[in-house]
Amino acid sequence: MPTATAAKPKTIQTAKAADELKARKELEKKDRNRLIRRDLKQNYAVYLMLLPVIAYFIIFHYLPMGGIAMAFQDFSFRLGFLGSPFVGFKHFLAFFNSIYFFRLLKNTLLLSMYGLLISFPVPIILALLLNEVRNQRFKKTVQTISYLPYFISVVVVVGILQDFTKSQGLLTQLSVLLGGDGGNLLGKPEAFRALFIGSNVWQHIGYSSIIYISALSGIDQELYEAAKIDGAGRWKQTLHVTLPGLMPTIVILFIMRLGEVMTLDYEKVLLMYGPSTYQTADIIQTYVYRIGLQNGDYSYATAVGLFNSLINFIVIFIANKISQKVGETSLW
Amino acid sequence: MGDRRTTGEKIFAVFNTIFLVILAVVFILPVWHVAMSSISDPDVLQANSQLALKPLGEATLGGFKFVLDNPNILRAYGNTVIYVAGATLFAMAITILAAYGLSRKDLFFRKPLLFLLTFTMIFSGGLIPTYMIVRNLNLIDTMWALIIPGTVSVYNIIVMRTSFAAIPDALTEAAKIDGAGHLRILFQIVLPVSKAVLAVIVLFYAIKNWNAWFNASIYLQRRRDLFPLQLTLREIILQTSNNSIVSENSDPTAIDRFRPLVKYCTIMISIIPMLVIYPFVQKYFVSGVMIGSIKG
Repeated sequence: MPTATAAKPKTIQTAKAADELKARKELEKKDRNRLIRRDLKQNYAVYLMLLPVIAYFIIFHYLPMGGIAMAFQDFSFRLGFLGSPFVGFKHFLAFFNSIYFFRLLKNTLLLSMYGLLISFPVPIILALLLNEVRNQRFKKTVQTISYLPYFISVVVVVGILQDFTKSQGLLTQLSVLLGGDGGNLLGKPEAFRALFIGSNVWQHIGYSSIIYISALSGIDQELYEAAKIDGAGRWKQTLHVTLPGLMPTIVILFIMRLGEVMTLDYEKVLLMYGPSTYQTADIIQTYVYRIGLQNGDYSYATAVGLFNSLINFIVIFIANKISQKVGETSLW
Repeated sequence: MGDRRTTGEKIFAVFNTIFLVILAVVFILPVWHVAMSSISDPDVLQANSQLALKPLGEATLGGFKFVLDNPNILRAYGNTVIYVAGATLFAMAITILAAYGLSRKDLFFRKPLLFLLTFTMIFSGGLIPTYMIVRNLNLIDTMWALIIPGTVSVYNIIVMRTSFAAIPDALTEAAKIDGAGHLRILFQIVLPVSKAVLAVIVLFYAIKNWNAWFNASIYLQRRRDLFPLQLTLREIILQTSNNSIVSENSDPTAIDRFRPLVKYCTIMISIIPMLVIYPFVQKYFVSGVMIGSIKG
């Protein structure tokens, strides 16, 4: 067929094709307009219901995105959004050249990476261990207890952490066994990341394991029977039946987690850190909070915040590209 | 069943059980420590910051009496109840409207509207521009600042939308033929069959708002009387300030004596509602996580 059409006189064919295309496009446009009209007529009530939703998102999400313009100004309340002078990339350059730039970037990335490496596998391990328990009541009890920390506020978690890291506190005493000097752990820069991630794990492990536990219960029991007949012990069954059965869930959740790798819980960092731990604890978002809301350097803080948002956006974009390739699932 | 296991598997089972018991203790211990400290003798507590496995000194409810007599803490407690109710109600209204609209498969602008919402999950204006908008709307130092901005979650909208979209078309079509409008379909058909997902999302919002403190700390600047409990707790716990526990009728020596005890008692009154409801609601949470994991 393709050779037959190619043999026809070219000019006539392309002219005809162009006409047809134009006609079809016009028809499509008409169709589209008719569709929209019909949709608006039929669904105007739905759109009316969506109006407050759209208004909410425009006001509280898209207007702030417009406010990013502040990053390119020397904003002052006296002159306002429209009157403040335009300064281009001044604040970005100031941030890149600031002595804090590398420290903030390093702290943000390290805390994210360590968080991912540790917080991600731990709920999977808990789910696997619970899956091996035969006494269902014991299993349910441990599971229920493991959700408890999830319901406690971050203010209280840090308050308790403070107790446990005083010189007589439990964690400090444990650190002495490992060669620590017994001083207040929360004031030590070298302990910050471990405390931050450790308390995160404590708070979220049970809740995060829910999804794995239900994925495990969805694995076909016949696979286990078949493996048993083939002479596989419990360990072999875990390796060849359980893990492969869990893999799709792990892959999807890993990619989703990758997408939020830069969105650290800065509210918790604000509660935990202090000048003595800035060296490892100060991350980009806490820096934005300090210089923006505490020092009132709005434009500079907005520029730094935009830098963080952009990195975050790029990471999510890459994670989504990977997920489309690997998992045939897309985050959006 | 047990007799068929190999020795290795039996040994593993024993260690696994021991490990899980230790883990359960680790989950409970911090909360236990606070609970025991909150009924400890204030004088013993002050001299001691060790782990409290049982009440230090003679057990007393004096700390709770002090806290419940304190007008600042009580007011903060009341404020939190208002914020939780208000923010949950507001967020639920927006979430239900969004979920209903976006679950209509015949909506021509469904995709772009969905994008309008989900894009905010991956990019935001950031802390300072958001603060500026709230300030320009004159919400600073009002209760609305903790009820409206930042309370609606796109994730929850998507969870609810997935659930609404799974309702059989036959149900809504029948109502349409009977001449029901969208509002009636939503209230008389969609919501009544979606009680489970509504309960889950109400819980998500209520717990998030009960535990929130950050927005209050930036949006309430001169109105200490509007502080939610978490912000008062933050002052008591982290800043070791007396502002939150001093009131005109309190005696300064009593405050110094009771300060460590007040910390634990205030934590307790803030987490007791959670401790009471969580064993009952956790199964809803599990189902919420499951609905959220199904991509719509």
